[in-house]
Amino acid sequence: MPTRVLIPSGVLCLGFDRAALARGVAMQPDLIAIDGGSTDSGPWSLGAGQSKYARSVTKSEWRELMLARAEAGVPLIIGTAGTCGADACVDWMFDITQELATELGQSVTVARLYSGQPAARITEALAAGRVKPLTPAPEISAKAIAQMANIVALAGAEQIQAALATGADIIIAGRTTDTAIIAALPLMRGDHAGAAWHGAKIAECGALCSTNPTSGVILVDFDEAGFTVEPLADGATCTPHSVSAHMLYENSDPFILYEPGGHLDVTATTYTALDARRTRATGSKWVPGQYTVKLEGARAAGFQTTLIAVLRDAHYVANAQAWADKLHVFLDALIAKRMGLDPASYSLDFRLIGVNSALGAMENRTGSPVEVGVLLIITAETQALAAEIGKLANPHLLHYPLTESEELPTFAFPYSPAQSDRGALYEFALNHVLELDDPMSAFRLTVTEVTP
Amino acid sequence: MTQVAEIALKVRSKNAGPFWVTVDVFCGTQAAYDTLRMALKTEAIAALYHQPTQALKRFDIPDLNVIKFSFPRPVIQGHRSDRDMHGAQWSTLLAELKV
Repeated sequence: MPTRVLIPSGVLCLGFDRAALARGVAMQPDLIAIDGGSTDSGPWSLGAGQSKYARSVTKSEWRELMLARAEAGVPLIIGTAGTCGADACVDWMFDITQELATELGQSVTVARLYSGQPAARITEALAAGRVKPLTPAPEISAKAIAQMANIVALAGAEQIQAALATGADIIIAGRTTDTAIIAALPLMRGDHAGAAWHGAKIAECGALCSTNPTSGVILVDFDEAGFTVEPLADGATCTPHSVSAHMLYENSDPFILYEPGGHLDVTATTYTALDARRTRATGSKWVPGQYTVKLEGARAAGFQTTLIAVLRDAHYVANAQAWADKLHVFLDALIAKRMGLDPASYSLDFRLIGVNSALGAMENRTGSPVEVGVLLIITAETQALAAEIGKLANPHLLHYPLTESEELPTFAFPYSPAQSDRGALYEFALNHVLELDDPMSAFRLTVTEVTP
Repeated sequence: MTQVAEIALKVRSKNAGPFWVTVDVFCGTQAAYDTLRMALKTEAIAALYHQPTQALKRFDIPDLNVIKFSFPRPVIQGHRSDRDMHGAQWSTLLAELKV
């Protein structure tokens, strides 16, 4: 059965073209699907179990989508709610949904799909040989798993289908693959499997697959042979080039995409322009395989304090690296003497902004910057220790001389106090898959009637 | 010698998940694609990113006039020694490469 899915934008909080969304609703989609996050911004969201986006922006965009859902009379689904899709983020999104239901006077059935993994489940699976490393994978052990702040599994089509089968008006899903929330319904209705996954991949970033990437709204029609993608903003077009080029984006392999239960192969896909706006794709292949779900985990890896000093004195600018190296040795000795800390228990990292702070050792250009920003990142076992090291370093970062014969220099501190506590540092600690016999065995579904 | 950026339409890079980086060279025309396909040696690109050659995946895609390189991040995204959370500035090295 042909299936029409409306995708308001690549991620909630990125904004979308209101007129285009209204046009999409008028075209009677079978589902409205939007992504709520990814690992793009780093491990903090998963580690802390918090959204990186502002609650106010999340709420205002979700309000528009709840209104669009009420008008269309079809399910609305968000995947990877609250940036990382941890259980706490699903509940945060549910809380926002409840507030909006009251404000909008809507009675809605809300399904919550939880992707959070108790450490014990993963430890047992590891012992049973059912946790397999991808390339490259960090070393893991029962101890390492127990230390992770949050572990999530990426739900695929099967778990989304279970949520859709509850008949819910709104589905708030924890971590899912970007594609699963779009592919689940066409797969459920018997549309072409390769087309379902491929069309989902093309549309999951919203209008990024079109010639007007910031316009957001995309409509995909799935059927028994292929899919057709159409941007809904004025002036946006989806050409065979813009659509096929989207397979390059954030993919290490532009032809193969692994999903729970198999992989998509677009090597033989044919892209055809239907008219000036729409492109159709056929020939995409779904290759079934073992049922696995990808795992993501973040662990606390210490606490950080940062300081910034700006060197403007031309002599120091020209010798910034030598100065930072010398100061590093000096501070290590001082920390050992005053605090009795083993150098292995903390780290000082000097980033020279204006020299090589983005590329580090890979930087192959040198120049003559006007000034150099010296960012000192301190990582230690506790925030108190990192802060203490920051205070110890403070006067030296301000006054440290290149040679003993010169008068003490004073560099530019941009604010007072110069040191800022950054809180916990999280690191991604899993690049593995979990084998499952029953796709739902690692996921949890809750259905709630929400009334104004 | 000419910089890749002067021949290609655009060079971009981005993480492909927290463990990989991918660099896309959009050549724009078939002529530019043919030039760059020959000029960009896999070994040279690997050296540019301090990678062993065998770690680099290369895709020459004539339908799109694109050359794509993917390789494991030497530092996992967000690790304390990571310097570019999105890997998006890594493209500059390839864009500035002289061929």
